[in-house]
Amino acid sequence: MAKVKLSEDKIKKIKAICAEFGNKPGEAINVLHRVQGEFGYLPAEVQELIAMELGVSAATIYGIVTFYSFFTMIPKGEHPISVCMGTACYVRGSEKVLDEFKRQLGIGIGETTPDGKFSLNCLRCVGACGLAPVAMIGDKVYGRLTPDMVKDIINEYN
Amino acid sequence: MHILVCGGTGCSASRSHEITKNLQAALKDKGLEEQVQVILTGCFGFCEKGPIVKVMPDNTFYTEVKPEDALEIVEEHVIKGRKVKRLLYTDPETKEHVADSKHMNFYKKQLRIALRNCGFIDPENIEEYIANDGYAAVAKCLTEMTPQQVIEEIKLSGLRGRGGGGFPTGVKWEIASKNHADQKYVVCNADEGDPGAFMDRSILEGDPHSVIEAMTINGYAIGATKGLVYIRAEYPLAIDRLQTAIKQAREYGVLGKNLFGTDFDFDIELRFGAGAFVCGEETALIHSMEGKRGEPTFKPPFPAQSGYLQKPTNVNNVETYANIPIIILKGANWFNKIGTEKSKGTKVFALAGQINNVGLIEVPMGITLREVIYEIGGGIKNGKKFKAVQTGGPSGGCLTEKHLDTPIDYDNLIAAGSMMGSGGMVVMDETSCMVSIAKFYLEFTCEESCGKCSPCRIGNKRMLELLDKMTKGQGTMEDLETLKNLAGVIKDTALCGLGQTSPNPVLSTINNFWDEYVEHVKEKKCRAGACKSLMQYVIDPDVCVGCTSCARNCPVNAIQGERKSPHHINQEICIKCGTCIEKCKFNAISIK
Repeated sequence: MAKVKLSEDKIKKIKAICAEFGNKPGEAINVLHRVQGEFGYLPAEVQELIAMELGVSAATIYGIVTFYSFFTMIPKGEHPISVCMGTACYVRGSEKVLDEFKRQLGIGIGETTPDGKFSLNCLRCVGACGLAPVAMIGDKVYGRLTPDMVKDIINEYN
Repeated sequence: MHILVCGGTGCSASRSHEITKNLQAALKDKGLEEQVQVILTGCFGFCEKGPIVKVMPDNTFYTEVKPEDALEIVEEHVIKGRKVKRLLYTDPETKEHVADSKHMNFYKKQLRIALRNCGFIDPENIEEYIANDGYAAVAKCLTEMTPQQVIEEIKLSGLRGRGGGGFPTGVKWEIASKNHADQKYVVCNADEGDPGAFMDRSILEGDPHSVIEAMTINGYAIGATKGLVYIRAEYPLAIDRLQTAIKQAREYGVLGKNLFGTDFDFDIELRFGAGAFVCGEETALIHSMEGKRGEPTFKPPFPAQSGYLQKPTNVNNVETYANIPIIILKGANWFNKIGTEKSKGTKVFALAGQINNVGLIEVPMGITLREVIYEIGGGIKNGKKFKAVQTGGPSGGCLTEKHLDTPIDYDNLIAAGSMMGSGGMVVMDETSCMVSIAKFYLEFTCEESCGKCSPCRIGNKRMLELLDKMTKGQGTMEDLETLKNLAGVIKDTALCGLGQTSPNPVLSTINNFWDEYVEHVKEKKCRAGACKSLMQYVIDPDVCVGCTSCARNCPVNAIQGERKSPHHINQEICIKCGTCIEKCKFNAISIK
């Protein structure tokens, strides 16, 4: 893991969030939600600090972070792309759309482009099955996708 | 007059918020903002043709509305009383415009109980819920019924858990009520993780108060004063609406202390999930609420004995709760007349896949798959042939043509090798490969397995490897036997519901589509043309006119040929994306 040096500000902020939840180990998931919301991801150093504040081992926090798919240890791109791989989208060809995103961006699932602009992920069902297959870029939903639309969509952000 | 605009996730993605704004602006412009109200509601269910705008009281149903259409709706419909014909739903068979939703095939066979308020009321306004008999059921329970009477009523109704297992709700409540403790908990399971199912989210987005009211009734019945909703963090709109609803309920005194002048207190808090399918299992859910990894534990002890913080806990799913208030108001004997002998009431299904009318539907138990797929769903997309329907998500199985006339209920679906599950219903046509579908679900299970027990953690991984071999044309008949054996062992030995049901997609496709597995193994052929390693795209030189459309659209420039002469696909470059087949207007390209 790459070492991240936490600034005094960040340390203060994280400690404040832990304190808000009474530094209780039972609130670990809520704390992680808030901290990730604040910083975008949960690097090892942040996890160590949270563990210390809540009085549990770093392994416990790491165990929680890696268990739940919502938590990430890799910073997301400026425009996070999520391709829906729910069943409805899958049978309407979302795999081909995902392949095209991978090809166009030159990255795999869970990776971020070297310039930090895009990151690629899968998600399971946005609940917009009527528009299947769908992908989300940030909060915007793109529906009824075909592989040949992918290039133009990426260009919207370049 | 009311104009209802769908604010569900699907329609919101198609700019329904802008439609609302434009309608309001147009009404204001004409000085009609007092007479006509524009309401952003929950999901209407007919997602295929979204965004939907409905005009009440005459039920006019406008489909695929664009923000630019707002002015015309106001000028024509509101002012002149003439329906905007071009926006009305067109019946695909008669090609005629359908004037209102009551005459649409999509709605004719539906019976809306759990979804009764979705698409009719403003979910962010408690007064609209109250105007539709909201909080009357909890008032009746608290002031006219004893907790035991409430439990008896739910038992008599025959309501079974809508999360998938189908355990009788009244019995569950009774067990929790009999365990004494200083504190008990009521938990609403809103961790809808089944890919392709979105009914719980729609209920929370469209009618959050019904869940709050039902949880309060549940608390009164079992003697709990605290309620928790465990909801997916990936559902921001549902979280937002639920938080608004809880705040309003507190302001109106339907949550808090001394409810309805009695000495009963009840309040609700939210707990957020963080994306783990296994947390839909109740013991895993409880561990997750306690801030731990969401790993299931062996039952007994059941949550009703020792659940959240080791206190008696009753866990029910969102859709189950949505049924409760109306059962109390209309009576168990009204509810238990709907449905089949052992499955009462209705079930919400998320109809998706290769079907004409994708959407959220609610139908009485006992309806057949044929009615759902062909009448409500409008049949298979693009006139293709029906192949299978998958119910029950990753824990369920694929049903085929021979099951089309089976009445849908808990027991029949299990007997047919699938299950009700949370209500995903994905329809597949002949372009879906059953080996790939089984692989798709196993990929999901492997990703979501918590890793605690070895049958699930290792067994599913081995099954996935075998299926992967088959889709690549490297499988053997021996592999097929191993696959069958493994599936049986995992079913018998896994710790929790997720593991025990994870082989179902494999077993049901083996049972119903054995030939297709054998084809993949022996002939190295995929009849659906879905397994990339087993196919080639080829251009028929006799049909190709050399229009260059395929070559221009090929993302990897694998197609060569002169203008007006037959083209050729270089198989070494081709990534088998299928773009060429979609672009060819002359049907010159086929899959071999």
